[in-house]
Amino acid sequence: MATVRLSYFALLREQRGLAHEVRETSAVSAGELYAELSTHYPFTLSADRIRVAIDGEFSPLSTPLREGCELVFIPPVAGG
Amino acid sequence: MNFQLATEPIDPGALARVLDDPRAGAFVEFQGRVRNHNDGHAVRALDYEAYAPLAVKEGTRILEEAASRFALINAGCVHRVGSLQIGDLAVWVGVTAPHRDAAFKACRWIIDETKARVPIWKKEHYDGGATQWINCATRRPSPEPGDPANPSFP
Repeated sequence: MATVRLSYFALLREQRGLAHEVRETSAVSAGELYAELSTHYPFTLSADRIRVAIDGEFSPLSTPLREGCELVFIPPVAGG
Repeated sequence: MNFQLATEPIDPGALARVLDDPRAGAFVEFQGRVRNHNDGHAVRALDYEAYAPLAVKEGTRILEEAASRFALINAGCVHRVGSLQIGDLAVWVGVTAPHRDAAFKACRWIIDETKARVPIWKKEHYDGGATQWINCATRRPSPEPGDPANPSFP
C-alpha cells in the first residue's frame, strides 16, 4: 500500500467532486490507480485519453507509485 | 523567454514593449480571443483552468524549443485563467526576430504547441445554460440523447 496525494482539474475535478485528496492505494502504477479511481467515481475519460504528472512532471502511466508522491491525472488539454 | 498565466486581463501593448529590441526587424503577435460560437453552438462565456506549475514549466519549454528551431531574438506567451467573456483576450504570443519569416513561423508554432501540450482546460458555457469541457467529450459512434457520458451537452 502507498499513500499518495492527488489533485484534480477540470472534468476530473468535477467528476471526482473535489480538487485534492490523500489516498491509500494498493495500485502499483499510476495507470492502475486511474483504473481503481474509475471504479469508484463516474470518470468518463478512458485511460488512453489521459496523461499523468507525478511530482510536477509528465510521466508514463506505467510509472510505479511511490509513498507520498503527488499525482495529477491530466484530461485532454484545451488551451488557446 | 517567458510563459505566464494571468488571472487579470492581458495588456498586449505592455507585453509587446517588453520584447522591444533594436535587433528586431520583425515583431509578430497572436491574440487568441473568446468567440461567440463553437461547433455550431452559441457560446456565452468560457472558464479556463490550469495546473499552474506544470503549465508554466511546459510553456517555458515550448518557448525554449522555439528559440532552438527558429532564428528568434525573444518570445513570450501569456494565457488567461478564470472566467472570460466574449471578445476577451485568452492567449497572447509575441515573437521578435531579425527577419519576418522566422517570426511568423515561430509565432504559429508556439500557439499550436501551447494548445496541444500545456495543461490548460477550457469549459464553454452555452446559451441555454449547458456547459462542456472542450476535447473531453466521450466519443461514441451514435450518441443517444441524454447520454450519461455527455450529461451537460445540448
